[in-house]
Amino acid sequence: MDKPLLQIDNLTIEATAYPPGEAPRRITIVDGVSLTLEKGKVLGLIGESGAGKSTIGLSAMAYGRGGIELSGGKIHLNNREIRKARGRVLRSLRGAEVTYVAQSAAAAFNPAKRLMEQVTEAAVTHGRATKAEAEKRAVDLFRKLGLPEPENFGNRYPHQVSGGQLQRAMTAMALCPQPDLVIFDEPTTALDVTTQLGVLAAIKAAIRDQGVAALYITHDLAVVAQIADNIMVLRHGKTVEYGTAEQIITAPKEEYTQALVSVVAKDHEEKNTDLPPILEVKGLRANYRGMTRDVLSNINVAIQPGTTLAVVGESGSGKSTLARVITGLLPLSAGQMVFDGRQLTPDQKSRSRDDLRELQMIYQMADVAMNPRQTVGTIIGRPLQFYFGMKGKELRNRVVELLGEIELGEKFIDRYPAELSGGQKQRVCIARALAAKPKLIICDEVTSALDPLVAEGILKLLADLQEREQVSYMFITHDIATVRAIADTIAVMHLGKLVRYGKKSEVLAPPFDDYTDMLLKSVPELRMGWMEEVMGTAAE
Amino acid sequence: MRRVPIPALIGLFITGLFILSAIAAPIIAPYGLSEIVGDVWEPASSEFWLGTDNIGRDLLSRLIWGGRTTILVAIAATVVSFVTGSVLGLFAAVVGGWIDQLLSRFVDLIMAIPTLIFALVVLSVMPVTIPVLILVMGLLDSTRVFRLSRAVASDIAVMDFVEAAQLRGEGRAWIIFREILPNALSPLVAEAGMRFIFMVLFVSTLSFLGLGVQPPNADWGGIVKENKDGIVYGIPAALLPAIAIAALSISVNLVADWVLDRTSSLKGGRNG
Amino acid sequence: MNALVLKLLVQRISLGLVLIFFVSIMIFLGTQILPGDVAQAILGQSATPESLANLREELGLNIPAYQRYMSWLGGVLQGDLGTSLTNGRDIGQSIADRMGNTLFLAAWAAIISVPLAITLGLISVLYRGRWPDKLISAVTLSAISVPEFMMSYILMYYVAVQLGWAPSVAMLNDRMSMLDKLHAISLPIAVLVMVVLAHMMRMTRAALLNVMQSAYIETAELKGIRRSSVIWRHAFPNSIAPIVNVVMLNMAYLVVGVVVVEVVFVYPGMGQYLVDHVAKRDVPVVQACGLIFAAVYIFLNMFADIVSILANPRLRHPK
Repeated sequence: MDKPLLQIDNLTIEATAYPPGEAPRRITIVDGVSLTLEKGKVLGLIGESGAGKSTIGLSAMAYGRGGIELSGGKIHLNNREIRKARGRVLRSLRGAEVTYVAQSAAAAFNPAKRLMEQVTEAAVTHGRATKAEAEKRAVDLFRKLGLPEPENFGNRYPHQVSGGQLQRAMTAMALCPQPDLVIFDEPTTALDVTTQLGVLAAIKAAIRDQGVAALYITHDLAVVAQIADNIMVLRHGKTVEYGTAEQIITAPKEEYTQALVSVVAKDHEEKNTDLPPILEVKGLRANYRGMTRDVLSNINVAIQPGTTLAVVGESGSGKSTLARVITGLLPLSAGQMVFDGRQLTPDQKSRSRDDLRELQMIYQMADVAMNPRQTVGTIIGRPLQFYFGMKGKELRNRVVELLGEIELGEKFIDRYPAELSGGQKQRVCIARALAAKPKLIICDEVTSALDPLVAEGILKLLADLQEREQVSYMFITHDIATVRAIADTIAVMHLGKLVRYGKKSEVLAPPFDDYTDMLLKSVPELRMGWMEEVMGTAAE
Repeated sequence: MRRVPIPALIGLFITGLFILSAIAAPIIAPYGLSEIVGDVWEPASSEFWLGTDNIGRDLLSRLIWGGRTTILVAIAATVVSFVTGSVLGLFAAVVGGWIDQLLSRFVDLIMAIPTLIFALVVLSVMPVTIPVLILVMGLLDSTRVFRLSRAVASDIAVMDFVEAAQLRGEGRAWIIFREILPNALSPLVAEAGMRFIFMVLFVSTLSFLGLGVQPPNADWGGIVKENKDGIVYGIPAALLPAIAIAALSISVNLVADWVLDRTSSLKGGRNG
Repeated sequence: MNALVLKLLVQRISLGLVLIFFVSIMIFLGTQILPGDVAQAILGQSATPESLANLREELGLNIPAYQRYMSWLGGVLQGDLGTSLTNGRDIGQSIADRMGNTLFLAAWAAIISVPLAITLGLISVLYRGRWPDKLISAVTLSAISVPEFMMSYILMYYVAVQLGWAPSVAMLNDRMSMLDKLHAISLPIAVLVMVVLAHMMRMTRAALLNVMQSAYIETAELKGIRRSSVIWRHAFPNSIAPIVNVVMLNMAYLVVGVVVVEVVFVYPGMGQYLVDHVAKRDVPVVQACGLIFAAVYIFLNMFADIVSILANPRLRHPK
């Protein structure tokens, strides 16, 4: 009769949508999901955005965000049905038996209160510890999680510590009441890759140490492979595959899981040419107005025609600033840029129409890169009109042709951006850039906001287009896997400096400089035990 | 097709009724504006549906004529406020730099003085005529429209699609009229409704204080002023314009709410 | 208190003083924008040349505007508000008593409306989307759709005339006890409270909702804390600054409302004094009253900003 710690049977979760001017309608978010979690085990929930993984995670606390309703099935926690629990029963469970770690710790901490008060609050409220005990426990946890000055760390306010530290503090907050189950909702997604590794290792050590069970929610298979005993793959609110971590990663049965696993492994063959570079940047420096420190210092890179330069770095590395300087949105303070043999003026406003046309840009967030009040036809057609003076039938034909090139049909021509999916939006942005017949396209994190399979499709499209049109790319990204998949040349940036630059085969081969070494090592690999290996070598 | 919610429909209907009666005042008003047709403060009868006023004029006719003046002045002042405020606001947001600074600081300064107080100061030396009223009210209120349109436009101006247009080499006119304006329009239209209500209340207040529309012309505020002494004797004539003002402003409010609602839902999905 | 907060406070206070200075210029200019002759405007078309010349002399129209402004400002700074054109009395003396009366009225309106608005805003948020929220929002929407003088007459008609519960004219004298005074001004207070309450409550609701939608409120809920503690411990400390801001913003309605309400209830305050003298085109009185009203408003706004600087943990505890 004894059930496991958490047992979810045939769970259905619904929400009510209120489309403007229409009758409200029910949407199913989670559809018949069942899972079990034993004491001290970690279950990874993995899936794309909209797969329902966070919703399932929160259902273990019988919590539904904004109008979400746990409408069917059973949720047993510690031998108690909690789906229909209300009031005191619910409160006695949240923050005591189950706790929660959110994706953005920066937003999840109350800005007006000291960390210690927030970390110990749940334990004290539920009578799981006296104030003094809870504080002692918190200091212990701070120490275990590798936080600086564990004795005094709790006296700080949330805005006084870094993002990675806050994420650790949130883990301490979740562990302080000594719960049976912790729900981790993408706890490392918002962090830089080198920070992520440390936080992930700290989380793993802390939950092993306390023997607490965890639901670990993420979209990154390589991350979950490091921490989970079992994995459930979700899509559109349904279970795709559920098994041990070992089985899911090494021998996935379902086609969708196989696709997810293989996405990570792609590598692209390096292209080389002897043609003069399409863009050459020499001794580039830049700083923001009123700041003395250089945001970019002494950058020298070149891009060959028909090839891709990947500019890789973490947040604050200056990689996006480099794009802004090249496009002329931010004035350089020293250096020069030669584009197709011509000197580029620093200010975009003074550039010739041809310079503007031949240098195009694609953005990370496709939804804000398109005017929501213009149709796809207008968006793609405007450069044709503007640069080539096309109109009428000729214009329409060319737009249709471009839609074909991005693998969308003619029927999209009258749609508005809001009617497109994320991947389709990014494709339209690509078509808009192509319409100008550019020689170089700057791609700023164009796949970062997309789900892995969709991102893969976009990368493939970009590669095909390069083959056909001989266009060059400057590809800005923080993701090493993307770099491997698309780059011919690589520039590694850190704190506004170029730390490593050269052909892909050279940059990604030893001997490494320290930063590149750390960067490459921090990228989770899709195999179990990888993290222990890396942390092991790092400890030496 | 998109359904118009019932409150908005009611709002549209009543607003329409008021505007129609303002336009058709000469036809539908039973008596003239200043015609003395009965005794002082006669109660409602089949002859005078709402009774008569302090010197024996038909109240219903005065209300219809007064509504015409109130609505006309409010619309004209709204137009002045809107054209001035939104043109300068969009301009400041797109141009930026010292022009933006200068305009914004000046607007801050004007807004540091409560509108009614500043209007009273100015009207103490100006001849109180309808064109002067419209100008004073419109210009003072344009500061609010300036702030809103500048804020909306600067939010839009930093979006990637505006940057994309800039990088394409588009001129300032294209960026203002094709990229920014279509996206700024709905919040501005909703605000126009709110400004109109404010103008109705404002002109009524001024007239009530004796500093707005001057006799023999009449507006709703003025009718209250004329009949206020009746209140103490239990004659509710002064309350009738109150009902008219409340009905008009609530119905315009309902319409504006609906417009605003549609705007925010557009961000979510057009096909929704 | 740390250096950063001190610096911000000094900045904010000096901004307020600079603002008052520029506002005094605006108010002075506001009475000079007439293209023709102020004296002519004041006396009308039928004025004799002698009386025009006298008035010009009295207003100092023969000297340049900036000199007139400087001497006016100099006087104001020394507490001399000038003399009234219509009755030749010292404006400062006429204002002193009236200002006390106005403050008495406004203070009581604020004392009643502020806690009430915050409570109602809180109730609205707690019962969001349910009937108490809908009722409150419908009533307040109606209240902001009616001008102050209309509300006054509605109350006067029903409460004073029909029911006889309160006087319809608000007279004060020195022999009255506090309770008598409050009874005398109960209707004007009620009107002011209703007007301010409606605006303030709607904005408090919006500000609180904004805070309640923050991620840290969800964190607190997921700790299994009682809803009242969530609001008291987590929402409230973050709501102080926005609520103070709302309260002060709405004091503008109080400043304007006072003017109208005093006229309606024939209450001997600054508002009535100002309106009377606008009609009489008594420029020095209008300038003095305008400046005082504007200065009060600017000080209230400054006070709100100071509170939000002091309530901001990021500023109180810098990195």
